[in-house]
Amino acid sequence: MSSVRVLVGTRKGAFVLTSDGKRKDWQVSGPFFAGWEIYHMKGSEADPERIYVSQTSGWFGQLIQRSDDGGKTWRQPGLPNEAIPPPGPPQALPNRFAYDTAAKPLTTHQWYDGTQHPWEFKRVWHIEPSLTDPDTVYAGVEDAALFRSSDGGENWQEISGLRGHGTGPQWQPGAGGMGLHTIILDATNPQRIYIAISAAGAFRTDDGGVTWKPINKGLVSNFMPNPTAEVGHCVHHVAMHRARPDVLFMQKHWDVMRSDDAGENWREVSGNLPTDFGFAIDVHAHEPETLYVVPIKSDSEHFPLDGKLRVYRSRTGGEEWEPLAKGLPEKDCYVNVLRDAMAVDRLDECGIYFGTTGGQVYASADSGDSWTPIVRDLPAVLSVEGQTLN
Amino acid sequence: MSEGASVSQVRVALPYHLRNLARIEGDVLVEVAPPVTLRAVLDALEAGYPMLRGTIREYETGERRAFLRFFACEEDWSLASPDAELPEAVAAGKEPLLIIGAIAGG
Repeated sequence: MSSVRVLVGTRKGAFVLTSDGKRKDWQVSGPFFAGWEIYHMKGSEADPERIYVSQTSGWFGQLIQRSDDGGKTWRQPGLPNEAIPPPGPPQALPNRFAYDTAAKPLTTHQWYDGTQHPWEFKRVWHIEPSLTDPDTVYAGVEDAALFRSSDGGENWQEISGLRGHGTGPQWQPGAGGMGLHTIILDATNPQRIYIAISAAGAFRTDDGGVTWKPINKGLVSNFMPNPTAEVGHCVHHVAMHRARPDVLFMQKHWDVMRSDDAGENWREVSGNLPTDFGFAIDVHAHEPETLYVVPIKSDSEHFPLDGKLRVYRSRTGGEEWEPLAKGLPEKDCYVNVLRDAMAVDRLDECGIYFGTTGGQVYASADSGDSWTPIVRDLPAVLSVEGQTLN
Repeated sequence: MSEGASVSQVRVALPYHLRNLARIEGDVLVEVAPPVTLRAVLDALEAGYPMLRGTIREYETGERRAFLRFFACEEDWSLASPDAELPEAVAAGKEPLLIIGAIAGG
């Protein structure tokens, strides 16, 4: 019988939630890496027992952790868990994210005050394992750059073509920093990768990362001097259904957007949403035109409208949205749902999951019609990922 | 004096999260050949516990991470040259080198 595993990264540790295919009874394990910020954790499609974790701290910096047994045990890739390692310098540097300074000019980026600022590594925001190779994994980092490891996270190299394509001086940090937070791999085309950065926008490579193209035509951001500029947009998240890799859905700072041509052109599909500000967006596992967002009141007030937590679902690829409220707080709810904190599973009846800054993780086993909290009192949830296990 | 006798056993007190990361309890003992400097102690610490690399000193620059401080014999060594010799009491293992996370936030 199939089962599911939900990986939850929080401000104070990682949690693994597991259930059988009914998704009624859940086991909670953790906290792992207690006290550390877990920006993201994600399992490999090629080997679901392989899970990568971004573990970070303002004091101690960035660590990468890996499990090869579905989250039961963890280690920093390439390093011994115990003291007294083999003699000689370590062969693996799993936590080293060094910008490629040897590549073509990588410039500076725009600082909050409009001046130019050098790139400074801060943390890994998002980890995206390869769809086919458990040892290949991508990392999106702040300050925005894309890294890849081909040895299971033991060593990381920057894919410098992204920062090197020329628009870097126009990229600027959003309120939360200048993070590369979205990495989407195309199962039908290994050479194609989509990424998104706050606040630079979305980009695409069709040659495995050598060259990149901004894909922001149609986005309108009124906070920018040129609202339709090629880059500088505060893209919050992008989602894709794997069966239709040319169709993208985006939650921008404001506006929910759609592209039907691999990001070449975007159009707004906010439709009847009560507010189109938000962070999370995802697509149903089996219905490519069914998508989910969590409307947030505004960029000044990061909580649901009227204290009522609502997921909105569109079964028409956008424009027409319905509120999903059954089982969610009806009043006095002032949490946020962050960009990487929504996920789906692939069971026959698609499960939807999202976590809140109030520490709740909600699950729906019926495509969003009804919701129940798996846990209510975790630390603030930064990320949620679902794994469907056979 | 034998070659081994010249090596100092330096005690290092790590903050809670780094003790957990290195899976150790209490102070760490590291062997350091003289001169016993901050750099030499941290080099020995990271060689013995490679999981700590990058958590105390920046990978790229080797500089102290901003929110960590070094103390020895009730003195703040955070801004001292990493090549200055630590106090004799530290080199002799009588006093620990303290690595402390700055108290920040609420």
